[in-house]
Amino acid sequence: MSRGYAGKWLDVDLTQETIDEITFPEKTLRQYIGGRGLAAKVLWDRLGTQWADVDPLGPQNVLTILTGPLTAIHPGTRICVSGKSPISNGVVGSTASSEFAAELKCAGYDGLLISGKASSPVYLLVTDDGAEIRDAAHLWGKVAEDTLKILNQEVAAELTRRKSEVGLWKEPAMVYIGPAGENLVRNAAVVTKLVHAAGYGGYGAVMGSKNLKAVAAKGRGPLPEVAAPKTVEILWREYHRRLIAMDRMRRWGTGYAGWETGAVTSSEPVRNWQEEWHDERSMAGPRYSSRFWVKAYWADFNCSRSCMKISCIKSGRWKGDITDMPDYELEAYCGTNLGLFDPGDNIHISALIDNLGMSGINTANTLGFAAELYQRGILTEEDLGFALEWGDAEAFTKLAWLIVNREKIGDVLAEGTYRAAQKISEMKGVDVMPYAVHVKGIEIGAHGTRSNEDYTKDMCYAASTQGGDHTSVVRDAYNDMGTVFMDSAVVCMFCVVQDLVWDYARAVTGWDITQHTWSTEQGPRIQTLQRALLLLGGPDVFWDPDTDDDNPPRFYEPLPTGPYKGRTTDAAVVEQNKQDYFSAIGWDARGIPTTQTLERLDLQDLEAVMKPLRK
Amino acid sequence: MWPEAARIRVFMPFPGVEVPHLCAQCDDYPCVASCPTEPKALSVDAQTEAVIVNEALCISCGNCIKACPGTIPFLHPATNKAVICDLCGGDPECVKVCVEAGYNALRLVEERVGQQKKLHALNPQIIAEDLAVNLYGEKGEEVL
Repeated sequence: MSRGYAGKWLDVDLTQETIDEITFPEKTLRQYIGGRGLAAKVLWDRLGTQWADVDPLGPQNVLTILTGPLTAIHPGTRICVSGKSPISNGVVGSTASSEFAAELKCAGYDGLLISGKASSPVYLLVTDDGAEIRDAAHLWGKVAEDTLKILNQEVAAELTRRKSEVGLWKEPAMVYIGPAGENLVRNAAVVTKLVHAAGYGGYGAVMGSKNLKAVAAKGRGPLPEVAAPKTVEILWREYHRRLIAMDRMRRWGTGYAGWETGAVTSSEPVRNWQEEWHDERSMAGPRYSSRFWVKAYWADFNCSRSCMKISCIKSGRWKGDITDMPDYELEAYCGTNLGLFDPGDNIHISALIDNLGMSGINTANTLGFAAELYQRGILTEEDLGFALEWGDAEAFTKLAWLIVNREKIGDVLAEGTYRAAQKISEMKGVDVMPYAVHVKGIEIGAHGTRSNEDYTKDMCYAASTQGGDHTSVVRDAYNDMGTVFMDSAVVCMFCVVQDLVWDYARAVTGWDITQHTWSTEQGPRIQTLQRALLLLGGPDVFWDPDTDDDNPPRFYEPLPTGPYKGRTTDAAVVEQNKQDYFSAIGWDARGIPTTQTLERLDLQDLEAVMKPLRK
Repeated sequence: MWPEAARIRVFMPFPGVEVPHLCAQCDDYPCVASCPTEPKALSVDAQTEAVIVNEALCISCGNCIKACPGTIPFLHPATNKAVICDLCGGDPECVKVCVEAGYNALRLVEERVGQQKKLHALNPQIIAEDLAVNLYGEKGEEVL
């Protein structure tokens, strides 16, 4: 077996209640590595030509929970969750930082492929002795905090009961869903620890559709061997030296951006992106750290960054709320995007959404969308049961609960911003799509394109196979392949040292991976496969390459305020750069992979399904 | 890397509540007293006063685990022999790596009298319950 891998994957069928150990040929691993890439390959192999008919929330869908060869060995341990997405109807590689990935590898497994549907709520327990399906009836309906508490105690007690002579059993690590996933809220997250979430893609709903509450793992074995141990040790030390020197990130996490991305780069969502500028100095730094941070340096397994900080509200109406930081994305989405500029309110909404198991970025985009419809008189108190004014944390709390319980208008909003916009347009006889800020159904991360001052430019979302995912934006079909690598080798983007990562990959796997080979072979192969599956879509949504490879209408409105007032995204530049990107990766002018590209990338079996899409 | 074979294990029964779990270096050595083999598999190093496990003599009985007031020793996942911090012969690797890493959280100090080291030998769950309240206030009472 290749180095970096434990060498076994668990193939679980929850309908048949079977669990098999499987392996992949070395060729497949070289071509797709793991995580996002391997997920796309597995999904194509298993669902293949029936893709458009497969209901993402049906038993046929395959939920993949995968590590990569670098996971837990390279700084920044993450787990990659994927499957056919109930939001984009394609494949999204959705990652979250977690000890779960390390526990899985220490137990001897690189990941799980989960199909079928359990007849009643279950969870999976993975140990060195294999995996088993266990009853989760008592966990169903539980929020994150309760799920963690009960499962941590229960699993540790069970492992102690089985094998007490070895000493104290450390608690397991787990991925799980909250009530949102159980209730098939399309933007439900796969949650890990308390507030770490694989949010993009809606895989919490996929877990819920399978009656799968959680996967817990406890391994006692070593992490897999690497090809060049001494080199890995040298590289790790150099990585650490550089990462720990990045003082701003270490001290403040991404949270310093809560003010900066609004005030300086003017690319932060404010009131559902009606503005991207604010100068509210409360939205970052000392107003969070002085009052709320109970831990200023927090990291997951094998992380030198420590970009997380834990906030806890100890007094007042939100007493008892715990969240990490919030990071920049949730400062923006659960703060400025809702017109909330009070750190306590921001922490509260972040903690609530985490506890309910929703994706903080995507669900809060929908909250903002609903509030704009209320502002415009399209949604009313009658629809909601209460007034929904910007800045009213109490009202947004109520709306989050309506969504998670699928009550009143919450049942519509639980479908995600794009689908909700379709339904509300129909219900109200007004086109509300101009207020839906998404690409391919995926609500856009908290970095706008209009000011052109942020890292997110023109077509970076419009041409991406992961739509609005701000961690997977595209540019030139070469340098942007790095994000595909991070999601496939499954490491944290904030821990990657650009000029050393390819050496690290070679030292771990023993394969001849360079930036060039990755950016011209594996990267384009994975993106092309993801593009094909996104285009196949279905059964409820089919994207039209002639109209849907574009920004949402709001991104073409001029910025109304701030230092870049009047600027907007240049449609001509979007079109030109999109064409350049398509051409560079080997897709035709409408973004359909060409026959030659499919052959070059060893994807010729896609030709039969891509041919009908070409003009 | 092998987290479960390390002489320092970090428990985290609730996010943010991390408990490094390692030998507290008791002065009265209940683990050594409990060792049933003859000669004993556990002994005290004359120089460092740390407990040393002789793997060839260890019969994996687990008595030392039960005798420890903090349930700190454990059996190695591969060898099944008792694992106890041996202070790396007086030059602990954990201190060296902590300093090299720039954290400077650990340092080597001279032994002093009256340190009541035994009081630090606690079950991680007990430490975690206290830490949770320290971190999260009243909410900390509920999370574990």
